[in-house]
Amino acid sequence: MTASSQLPTGTALPAPPAPGRRRLITEESVTALFFILPSLLGFILFYAMPALRGVWISMTDWDLLTDASFIGLQNYSRLFQDAEFWNALKVTLYYVVLNIPLQTILAVVIAVLMSRLTKSMLVRGLIILPWLLPPVVVGLLWLWLLDPNIGIVNVALKSLGLPMIAFLGLPQYAMPTIAMINIWQYVGYTALLIFAGLQSIPGSVYEAASIDGASENQMFWRITIPLLRPVLVFVLVTSVIGSFQIFDTIAITTKGGPINATKVMNWYIYEQAFTRYNMGYSTTISIILFAILVFISLAQMRLMRAGESDM
Amino acid sequence: MKNVRLLPLTILLILSMVLAACGGNSSAPADSSSSDTAAAGSDAASSDSGAAPDAAEASGTVTYWLWDSLQLPAYQKCADDFMAANPSITIEITQSGWDDYWSNVQTGMVAGTAPDVFTDHLAKYPEFAAKGQLVDIQPYAERDGVSLDAYIGDLADLWARDGARFGLPKDWDTVAIAYNQEALDAAGVTADDLNSLTWNPEDGGSFGEMLAQLTVDANGNNGLSADFDKSNITQYGFIMDANGGAYGQTQWSWLAETTGWTYNDGLYDTKYYYDDPRFAATLQWVADQMAAGFIMPEEQVSSLGGSAAFQSGQGALHANGSWMIGQLTSQSPFTVGFARLPEGPEGRKSMFNGLADSIWVGSENTEAAWQWVKYLASQECADTVGSYGVVFPAQQSGVDNALAAYEERGLDVSAFTEQALEEGGTFLFPVTDHASEVVAIMNPAVQSILLGQSDAESALSTANAEVNALFK
Repeated sequence: MTASSQLPTGTALPAPPAPGRRRLITEESVTALFFILPSLLGFILFYAMPALRGVWISMTDWDLLTDASFIGLQNYSRLFQDAEFWNALKVTLYYVVLNIPLQTILAVVIAVLMSRLTKSMLVRGLIILPWLLPPVVVGLLWLWLLDPNIGIVNVALKSLGLPMIAFLGLPQYAMPTIAMINIWQYVGYTALLIFAGLQSIPGSVYEAASIDGASENQMFWRITIPLLRPVLVFVLVTSVIGSFQIFDTIAITTKGGPINATKVMNWYIYEQAFTRYNMGYSTTISIILFAILVFISLAQMRLMRAGESDM
Repeated sequence: MKNVRLLPLTILLILSMVLAACGGNSSAPADSSSSDTAAAGSDAASSDSGAAPDAAEASGTVTYWLWDSLQLPAYQKCADDFMAANPSITIEITQSGWDDYWSNVQTGMVAGTAPDVFTDHLAKYPEFAAKGQLVDIQPYAERDGVSLDAYIGDLADLWARDGARFGLPKDWDTVAIAYNQEALDAAGVTADDLNSLTWNPEDGGSFGEMLAQLTVDANGNNGLSADFDKSNITQYGFIMDANGGAYGQTQWSWLAETTGWTYNDGLYDTKYYYDDPRFAATLQWVADQMAAGFIMPEEQVSSLGGSAAFQSGQGALHANGSWMIGQLTSQSPFTVGFARLPEGPEGRKSMFNGLADSIWVGSENTEAAWQWVKYLASQECADTVGSYGVVFPAQQSGVDNALAAYEERGLDVSAFTEQALEEGGTFLFPVTDHASEVVAIMNPAVQSILLGQSDAESALSTANAEVNALFK
């Protein structure tokens, strides 16, 4: 991230083009385009075109198996009266609130501990271990660990004289439980990103601060956090997007249940498309999710001044 | 303060992440393939709806899917016999678990990779048929003189609609009560005691009392004792296989139907009776037993299922279908026996259900596929499958083989067969349109009743209104 600030920019070239006559196509931009081309093709083919097609599908009554016909904005008006959609939105927001703050705070703490206290590769490796596991394995693992009848967690609770808890079986516990599972899985990865950001803060800043008599606490709040801001923005934006799109853990553990307690947007989209044959309507919900995410991401970046660094 | 060029980079990143998600939902079916299958569908439909197809020389490879791993060896044997008799046809069998199975079939239909022949279910086939995905085999059956009288009961009728036929029955099942012999011995209860129980939705009858008697807490008190501690139960009287959703085949249908309640008025009816007070009373009774601790609560069986809990020795009784006989008896660390369902106000009643094999319209080898379907529903294959003792075939001689196979293993499965033979002892699966929507509405409704979050009467009247609105 900070490396980009050291790259030569267009204006820093030895022979800048004459002011007022900036050429749009320079030799450099042709070369750049050449390098971008492969991923640009992939982007257009696998992201942009399907997304545009999604807009079209959202205006049809396509049921997967028979021909679709154009129904205009009917799916969109249906959305506003669909209690299940509003429930899905509510449940998703609930998950994001349970997931993001705790995960980010834990990640910052772990990253700081990693950079200040240990140089051991083993410890650093262990921290990201859960992230290396496939999400389906993580889901199954916790499903069995937390099972009320045969799971080891409830055996442990019982041996401590505590009552059995159906972590994934009761509506009030299911979502917090899934949020905890995902924090367990992703906190290491988030910490790794923040750790990388910490590495780019020059040690001289800390030296100067400690000579001035700053405490560890003061250095954290006055130096680490401000200089880490661009990385934190990146981490928050990507993890909020990821969090809104939670699917795999739910698909493995609760399948949207109990009742509708974990029926998040992505699960509802999947259910409408692939078990209820409403592909058109399902795509409408994805478009809305897309709009929500664009809005939230832009708002986040604006609020956190993502385009600037204090360094 | 240096201006870092982060903004455009971040936007691009978000865009690609978000679009990837959208792409995942919308790009899977490519235009070309969906129109291909649609075209294939109309071709097949037009050739089928006319005169009976000519009996062409069948050859090539036929792909066949099924979901029950226990039945795989039996059907592999059928396939081997079939291939020996028809050397020009190769059968390729693929098995996958129930949940994956249906999404594979469905996405396969969209992508043009569905199997030629697949095991079909009554809750699923009407939608496939309505969307033109199944070959109408009636002309083939007539051409080859397949006799539908060979099939037990009304099984064949379930697969027909308006003169079209989408499957030939291959097996049937009923529901009975599995019991843990050790739990019965400890309570001094015999199988005969279980066979003479009665039930009603008001006070649960002697069946309800039996559930209490077989429930034991950590202090060794049973559910009838005044000192019974429901917060510390070591053995539940009864375990259900989760909430049962719209049909409750093994969960509550055998209780609800004995009150005189029915799901609807028969095949392809357009009105459900989930708001009937008799049905509400039944579900309320079940929910109350869960709250009292005599039936293992819904939250404890919703993720891994009731049979796993029963097989780990946590309950005395467990209702399940005849397809589970093999698994329950061979994979439990205790002796498992089977008892009759309790007798309700209008007798004993079990769902009488069956599977069939359907041919996908996209099959490039319909004639060979038909030959395979015909063989699967033949007496020969029924006898083979029966001899494996995993399921009751749809023809009597196959059933005799199955009974012999069970007897050889020392298993008494008469609780299932007597139920099937009893006058008025069975009811059929409620085959209707919109099954997937019905399930999507009923699942959360029934679950919220069993979790004690809403009372049966109000939850069911809301849900029933939603269900019936689907048919308008």
